[in-house]
Amino acid sequence: MESATQDVQIRDQLATELLSIVGADAVVTDNEALRPFECDGLTAYRELPLMVVLPASIAEVRKVLKTCSRLGIPVVTRGAGTGLSGGALPNPDGVLLSLTRMKRILSVDADAKTARVEPGVTNLAISEAVKHLGLYYAPDPSSQIACSIGGNVAENSGGVHCLKYGLTVHNILELKVVTVDGELLTVGSEALDSPGFDLLALMTGSEGMLGVVVEVLVKLLSIPPVAQVVMAAFDSVERAGEAVAAVIGGGILPAGLEMMDSYAISAVEDFVKAGYPVDAAAILLCELDGHAAEVEEQIARVETIFNSQGATGTWVAKDRATRDRFWSGRKAAFPAVGRISPDYYCIDGTIPRRQLGKVLVEISELSNEFGLRVANVFHAGDGNLHPLILYDANNAGELELTEELGNRILELCVEVGGTVTGEHGVGVEKLRPMCLQFEDAVLEQFHQVKAALDPNSLLNPGKAVPTLARCAEFGAMHVHRGQLPHSDLERF
Amino acid sequence: MADNDLKGEFLEIVRSAFERSEKLRIEGSGTKSFYGNPVVATPLDVSRHSGIVSYEPSELVITARAGTRLSEINARLAESRQMLGFEPPWFGGQATLGGTIACGLSGPRRPYAGSARDFVLGVSCISGKGEYLAFGGQVIKNVAGYDVSRLMVGALGALGVICEVSLKVLPQPEVETTRVLEFDKETARAQMVRICKLPLPLSGMSFWGGLLRIRLSGTENGVRAAEQTIGGETDDTGVEYWHQLREHELNFFNRNQSLWRLSVPATAPVLGLGDDCLLDWGGALRWIYTDHAPQTVFQTAKKMGGHATMFRPDNGWPNGRFSALDEPSKGIHMRLKSAFDPKGILNPGILYAYV
Repeated sequence: MESATQDVQIRDQLATELLSIVGADAVVTDNEALRPFECDGLTAYRELPLMVVLPASIAEVRKVLKTCSRLGIPVVTRGAGTGLSGGALPNPDGVLLSLTRMKRILSVDADAKTARVEPGVTNLAISEAVKHLGLYYAPDPSSQIACSIGGNVAENSGGVHCLKYGLTVHNILELKVVTVDGELLTVGSEALDSPGFDLLALMTGSEGMLGVVVEVLVKLLSIPPVAQVVMAAFDSVERAGEAVAAVIGGGILPAGLEMMDSYAISAVEDFVKAGYPVDAAAILLCELDGHAAEVEEQIARVETIFNSQGATGTWVAKDRATRDRFWSGRKAAFPAVGRISPDYYCIDGTIPRRQLGKVLVEISELSNEFGLRVANVFHAGDGNLHPLILYDANNAGELELTEELGNRILELCVEVGGTVTGEHGVGVEKLRPMCLQFEDAVLEQFHQVKAALDPNSLLNPGKAVPTLARCAEFGAMHVHRGQLPHSDLERF
Repeated sequence: MADNDLKGEFLEIVRSAFERSEKLRIEGSGTKSFYGNPVVATPLDVSRHSGIVSYEPSELVITARAGTRLSEINARLAESRQMLGFEPPWFGGQATLGGTIACGLSGPRRPYAGSARDFVLGVSCISGKGEYLAFGGQVIKNVAGYDVSRLMVGALGALGVICEVSLKVLPQPEVETTRVLEFDKETARAQMVRICKLPLPLSGMSFWGGLLRIRLSGTENGVRAAEQTIGGETDDTGVEYWHQLREHELNFFNRNQSLWRLSVPATAPVLGLGDDCLLDWGGALRWIYTDHAPQTVFQTAKKMGGHATMFRPDNGWPNGRFSALDEPSKGIHMRLKSAFDPKGILNPGILYAYV
């Protein structure tokens, strides 16, 4: 009872202090008003925070963090809330720090090809703001209309063009970060490198565990004069996989190279009529961009490679409308699957591409074993596989079964030399497969990195890196590469 | 160089050094031993830990042990018409992969293709506690765990003894050519900024001795079209020029004087440190000889929005070769160092006295 009273006291004190920093309209404490913040894009996990605070400036963020640090209150930072791994899932005893009010583009330097932006600016808004200069921001996660650049940095987001243009970490120059004690830290610079450790790389993809990103200097690229797409159909996924290897082994670096399996093709075709060959076992979409002369040469070569690899048909998009139609199907793959199933669960593993055939066969076996259907879409160029598991959350136990199947698929990715998350992040969702991917000593080192920047673990606590105790609880007693981790220890 | 896995041996050495608080100086082939503050400690030779562990051209990924020579890696990649995208300097035929990644230096292609750290996918290393830790992986897209692999790049071994590195590689361009144009330095710098804004297949831009050289890489038709846009003449010595620039073999570098490296925004005006300067990276990397005091050089670089390094010092140059860090960064460096190397036994002082 005493501790409950103390909790109320701390909560009241916190609310009073935060109110004095950001003003009454920027603190949310009412349960109904907190509801929209209870989850991010991973809706299976929900939690109400103690309160939501919406600062409008770096100075306010610093004061909020100083206050929370002093009171020992956890802070979960949230961008647009589009993340797919529960990285922005609120902490019930903590503050949810929403950065959506910080959405100004501060400056654009056309000569330096950079833009300085606040974290709440959406990914697409950056490209739109610099389009008239012939420039754009390259990483394009599928949620780019809505997702924020601050969230992109926290997750090191990719997109369909990352094989050629890289992830977020390759496309930013400088970050302003507020540390857990409210100090303002600048990492990186307007130059191409900086003295000391590469803290810019460490911060990128750290899922809000090491600091709060409050300003981003992004690199801009010149818009390629021409982009073209060629589509190819194959009668087996293995053959499509070999065709991908042949294109890349042949010295071509496509801007995008995507694969969909037959189940995904038919779901999409029913939904958007993209003109996909519905009888194909797999299709590939290959985009090339650059100078007109270069693109024309490479499109012809890719088409030749696809044909020599046994494509049952190839189609070059002759005009912008056809190209957009080809892409519309790929971009609509998730909602298309959402249309034919009450719920779907998106997995995000990466595998060495040469393992694609084996992995897809095993996914299909697992799908039969679990009695759950799986559609596969694949960023084939960079090996990032997105199996979509179809399920119905209204059937008792089906979500749990789906999560179990998801874990089995990620285990498979690790087994063939891949990783449990290519671009969605670990969040709360992939803590268990993290136990499988990393040795205990590495996980322990991650915790020490966290402690170096956030000694009391107030920033997004419990996310991204599982505790060793948690790994033991998960019963992660898998035989990994023929060896049990710490086989000398007792586990129960 | 024979394949040789000495990881186990290194583990023993680091563990025992940790127990006895014995400081270690990590050594490759010594081609870049001039770089960084001097370290007085027991040498740990990692150059014999060598061999390409895996290479799959269609995956665009190579994994090799730290002591593997760049010459071996380049030869192997060339068989499949591939290359290291960041065009690392060797500074000697025996240069190793581990030293290259620990120094984190990148060549003329860097602004257009990416830096050493951009291409790193995974690093396995031994921490100062004597633990073997495998970070990252061998796939291009991977966001599981903190990006410690890239943190190791340029850390000069202060966070771990690099044992194995996985890198993304790139296809070699079909055609590569160099255009040369005559300009004075200010005009050349403005031209580089202008050209960089055009959608061209650039792979190098450097100015020295009144000549602006622009390298183009891509398909035959793409490069020919870009040549038309840029104008100037074809430089028949282009291949040699970029090689000599990367290796510091141009006459400019043949001097008995301490060499400064300034990494600044390409748009920063030519600075007031004298005129003895070579521009690389489209103006973002400036090699300089100057008689100004180190503090003046560090401050000038900072005013320009970048930083300075005393890259190749004369004998007797004092410590303090890198631009100083501000207080918040300094604190984080000390705590990170301590998280990986609590007793400070790995290359102590190589970056800063406190790291």
